[in-house]
Parts: sequence; structure tokens; C-alpha cells
Amino acid sequence: MGTHLPSTEFDGTAVDDQREADAEAVLGEPAAHMVQLLGPDGKLGADPVFSNYADKLTPEALRGLYADMAAIRRFDVEATALQRQGQLALWVPLTGQEAAQIGSGRASQPQDYIFPTYREHGVALTRNVDLAELLRQFRGVSNGGWNPKDTNFHLYTLVLAAQTLHAVGYAMGIQRDQKLAAATGAAGKEPDAAVIAYFGDGASSEGDVHESMVFASSYNAPVVFFCQNNHWAISVPSNVQTRVPLSNRAKGYGFPGIRVDGNDVIAVHAVTEWALEHARRGKGPVLIEAFTYRVGAHTTADDPTKYRESAEEDAWRAKDPLARLEKYLSAEGLADDAFFAKVKADGDELAAYVRRTAHDLEDPDIRQSFANVYAEAHPLVAEELAWFEEYSAGFAGEEESAGQAAKAGH
Amino acid sequence: MTTMTIAKAINEGLRATLAANPKSLLMGEDIGPLGGVYRVTDGLIGEFGPDRVVDTPLAESGIIGTAIGLALRGYSPVCEIQFDGFVFPGFNQITTQLAKIHSRSSGNLSVPVVIRIPYGGGIGSIEHHSESPEALFAHTAGLRIITPSNPHDAYWMIQQAVECKDPVIIFEPKRRYWLKGDVDVQGPGPSEDPFKAHVLREGTDATVVAYGPLVPVALAAANAAEEDGRSLEVIDLRSISPIDFDTVTASVRKTGRLIVAHEAPTFGGVGGEIAARISERAFHSLEAPVIRVGGFHMPYPVAKVEEDYLPDIDRILEALDRALSY
Repeated sequence: MGTHLPSTEFDGTAVDDQREADAEAVLGEPAAHMVQLLGPDGKLGADPVFSNYADKLTPEALRGLYADMAAIRRFDVEATALQRQGQLALWVPLTGQEAAQIGSGRASQPQDYIFPTYREHGVALTRNVDLAELLRQFRGVSNGGWNPKDTNFHLYTLVLAAQTLHAVGYAMGIQRDQKLAAATGAAGKEPDAAVIAYFGDGASSEGDVHESMVFASSYNAPVVFFCQNNHWAISVPSNVQTRVPLSNRAKGYGFPGIRVDGNDVIAVHAVTEWALEHARRGKGPVLIEAFTYRVGAHTTADDPTKYRESAEEDAWRAKDPLARLEKYLSAEGLADDAFFAKVKADGDELAAYVRRTAHDLEDPDIRQSFANVYAEAHPLVAEELAWFEEYSAGFAGEEESAGQAAKAGH
Repeated sequence: MTTMTIAKAINEGLRATLAANPKSLLMGEDIGPLGGVYRVTDGLIGEFGPDRVVDTPLAESGIIGTAIGLALRGYSPVCEIQFDGFVFPGFNQITTQLAKIHSRSSGNLSVPVVIRIPYGGGIGSIEHHSESPEALFAHTAGLRIITPSNPHDAYWMIQQAVECKDPVIIFEPKRRYWLKGDVDVQGPGPSEDPFKAHVLREGTDATVVAYGPLVPVALAAANAAEEDGRSLEVIDLRSISPIDFDTVTASVRKTGRLIVAHEAPTFGGVGGEIAARISERAFHSLEAPVIRVGGFHMPYPVAKVEEDYLPDIDRILEALDRALSY
């Protein structure tokens, strides 16, 4: 693989010009081409653009980022255990990606709308989605689980990359809302909004990601594409999916692309805040590539020992997002032992709540499925429901007899 | 009452929708200054501007997928797919996303996207320009599928589709775009149920159910049959999902025989669904098996032989002969 790849110059922003990376950086340590503020050693560095954003984080906000990351990791452990105990059909773990999710989610504003893929449990936490409700899909009692209108956090999408187009369309809707508001004299009454579309390095190979970036660029839509490059699309490594850093692809569409250390929550927060401001100000889309790692399996049905070396996992564990922020908070005197003890206790309480609540999620009635196929009345659905009711009624006597027999000890 | 072609009727219907609903917009390839390859959107960009009549990049998944996003934001997008055979790059978005978001969200979200697809053959075109893929979409719960056969329906159905809270696909019979007919622009269009079949001609010997491009063929077959002393009842199905089985059943109870005609291949098609349902509903009324008239199990053939592929008057009359032979 050569050290220099042909590329074009993007002159839209000084930020992007600094991020030229060569192909060697795809899997290696791309320090020279990646925004990093908080290193694995827990020491805070500087960046000419993004330090200004990081400086806005108060000690309380930094402690909050740590608490969120710890909470979602504890949740992840609990959900994995629930799956192993047969309480969930499947689980999609996020361990290793806490900084990418908490940092980006906390950088969003309530008016922003977020389209996740299916691993964004940390982003869900930052949007106040009830994590027990989030398990409804994985427990098999719903294909969703929460009302996106309550939190501006969309439902999970299992078909890879489909949601990136929805995100761009939604962003085009925001643009139109602004124009309608201007036409009716209502401009400025609502805060400007943007959209974040999450996807992974594996999904970046899907055609919908390409089309979403074409549309976003064509219409200058206020959307931030947030790619978590966790290095593995189940068993396929990222170097099979791309020959250049994924952030470089933005150049081809004509908007900025930034690679950020996805295990550095401060840098992720800063970069995402910059990108969202860029989008909200009408300057168009941004692609963020959060360079991170899926420490565990793709899902609980996966076995990463079959396709990757444990040494690789160990190397990434040394860059752990929680450990580095803990070092920083401790070294700077921003958090004490009591704080970390409380975070741990809060995590255990969250885990207990999630376990208890998930257990108690009621199995749905299939009548609810009939009710939601269409928004308006539909004769076929009505006919099939009527048949089902009649069919079910035929068992009513049997169920009663079975219940009486059970009571009688038969 | 105004006389216009189907293409013009859709154009006027879209114009009425854009004027009445500020959150409606059109999206598609070449629909702006060109007015679409069939000129169905002719002149609309001049009246409503490029934000309401959006010439999109050439990407069907992109058109449908962004329309879904716009609908989630409260807009009513009407997407044009240039030709039937080009809908498949958008198939994933239509079947896995558009059709399911309402259900997946437990009814909290609606995606009232309308997709216009010119369909069917008979225009002497080349590969992928003459297909009838309606059964592939009819099989997917969550979608509604309608197809006008005349200008009046074309004018009103497009407006009713935009008003519907569910996603609606309108298959437009492209070889009938230039068919002229009366349109009652005053009404009672809005109150008509776009998912209800219409009995276009009453008869007593057999019922012919057709939709879209084959409705004029079925009516012509009924005229020819009349010369032979046979009385055909003709039903314009209008809606492919849902199907108005009540109207079809009532007709079969009267005539005792049913022929279903469409351009799509008969195997796995809408005609098979109608045959099965009517066999269940009206078995004792049937004097003969339900007979399907349709395309063959082959890719749509080259234009020089499409006349042998497309059901015509004689194919319907041959089916009638068979039905009457029982």
C-alpha cells in the first residue's frame, strides 16, 4: 500500500485541511491526523480549533461525562447478563465505544434530532431514553420501545444505513421549516436544529450512506454524519471496507470530514459541538469519524476469538475511554474517591432497575400488532383480526377448563 | 366537468395538492424544468419553485429514504420513480422502512409518503421500461397501492393519496397517459373512497376484474362479447392493496363466473390472490374456476413481441369461453 493516495483539496474549512491522512493510517495509530485532546495517559493536550470547545466543559460537565460513560458500561454488562440468562433474545454490546457515544450525545441540543443505528445505547442515555424501555426490542416485546417524539431520539434501525437517508430528509425538513417560519414572520422563535446520523464502519460500505451524503451535499442539509469506526463489521476488518480513512470520504462529497479519537470523550464532545454548530448555522453537513474499537463481540451471537487476536483487544483496552478520564479527573483534583464510589453505586442501582423492569415488561397482545399496521382503517387487517378473535374465542372454554384443572391439582 | 388526459389530470391533481398543502412537495429525477420524462409535472416548478418541486440526484433509494425523513418531520412528499423497472434500488427503503415505521413505532410515527410509478407495457420501449411489479409491493403490509384507469380517478386519487396518513404507491398506467376523459374537478372526488372498486358495466354471464391499463381492454372485450350475446360485468379494481373484495364478491354472486386480468405475470400475482379469496367467499356461487389472464413467467419481453405478451381483447374472450364451458 502506498504512502500517498491521490486526493483533492477541500478549502471549505481550515479544520479539514489538517486532516489529510495516508492509507497506512487506516488500521494503525493515526495520531498525526486525528483530533485528540485527552490521551491514554490522562493528560490533556491542545488543538488550535477544538481546545476552545473543550475549555467550555466545566468540572461538573466533565464529571457528568464520566458518570454517563460508567453508567452505560454498567448497563451494557447487565444487558449482556440478561441475554445470557435467556431474558433477552440478543444483545448488542457497546463496551469500548462509551466516549464516542456519550461525547457526541452530550454535545447535541434538545432540538436536534438523532437517528441511531442499533448500538447507540450511550447516546440513548444522553437523550433521556429509559434504558429499561430500550430493552423492549431485545426482549422481543416490541420492534421499537420508546416514542421518538419524546426525546428526539429515533428508533433503532436494523437494516444497515437506511437511517442515514432518513436523517438527511429530516434535515431537509428542518431547512424547510426555517423558510416557512421566515415567510410567516416566525423566524427565531425556535432554536436552530440539526440532525445526527449514526452508522458504523461496516455500514459505510452500504449504498445508502453514499446516497445520503450526495443528498446532504446537494441540498446543504444540516446533518452531521457520525461514523463510529470500531474496526470490525462483525468479522470483516475495516481495511477490507476502505483504503482510506473514512473521514477522507467527505472530501469527495464536498464537505468537511474529521477523524477524532473516539476513545477521548473530550475531543468527541468538542468536535461534535463544532460540527453541529456548523450545520445549524446553515454551513452544511459534516462527517465525523470516531476512531474507536469494539472491545467485545458484535452481538451476543458473535465470537470474536475466531477472527481477531487478543493482543489487538489488549492494545485497545490500554486506550480505555473511562480509565483516561478517571486519570485526568483524579490528577487535576476534579473528582475524589467519594465521587467514583457514588458513580459505582449509581451504576449498580441502574443495573438493578433495568433488570427488575426488564423482567416485568409485559408480553404484548398480538391485537396491538393488528392495530398498528396502518394509520387508517384497512379492511384486510380488520377481516383478519375478526377471524383471529373468533378463532381465539374457540379456545376460551379450554383455557378455563385447564385453569380449573390446574387449581384442582390435575 | 373538464376533459383532459390522465397525464394532465395527475398534473392538475398535483397542482391542487401543492396549492392546498404548504407542506407537500414533489421529489424525483428530471421533474423540474423538464416536467418529468412523461411531462406529468410540467410547469409545476415554475409555479411553486425548486423547494416544492425538487429535482433530485439520480438515486431511487435516496429519493425514497429522504422522503421518509421529510415525512417524519411533518412533510408530505410525493416521489416520482421514472420507470417501473427502476424502482428496485428503492425497494429496500419502501419495504423495510416506509412500510414498517408506523408499526415499529407502535403507531407513534406516520410516514405519509406517496410514490408515483409509471408502469406497464405497450409503449414499445426497451428493457426495464415496461414492467408491472405491483404484486411485489402488495405483498408488503403497511403499504397502500392504487392505480387509476381514467382521468377523473387520476385527478382525485393523487390528492387522496397525499391526504392519507399511510404510505401510498400509485401505479400510473403509462400507456394510458394520453387517454382522455371527463374530470369532475368540483367533486364528489374527495369523498370517494380511493380503495373501493367500481362496477363500470353491469352484466350477467361473467365478471371481469381489471385495473389500470387493462380496464379499457376489459371494457372493449365486454363490448365484443355483447355482439356474441354474452353479458360481461366489468369491475375496475382501482385499489390493489387493500382489495375491495366485497364488490367483487357481490358481482360473482350475481354472474357465477370470474376472470381477473392484469399485465403482470399470473404466477404469484394479484389475480391469484383474488381467485383464492373469491373461491373462499363465493365457492357455491361459482359455476367455473376463476380464470386469470395475465403476463407469462418471463422477464417483460422485447418490444417487437410485446403484443403477444400483453393481454388483449381476444385473451379475455378466450378466458370467457373457458369459463362458460364448465
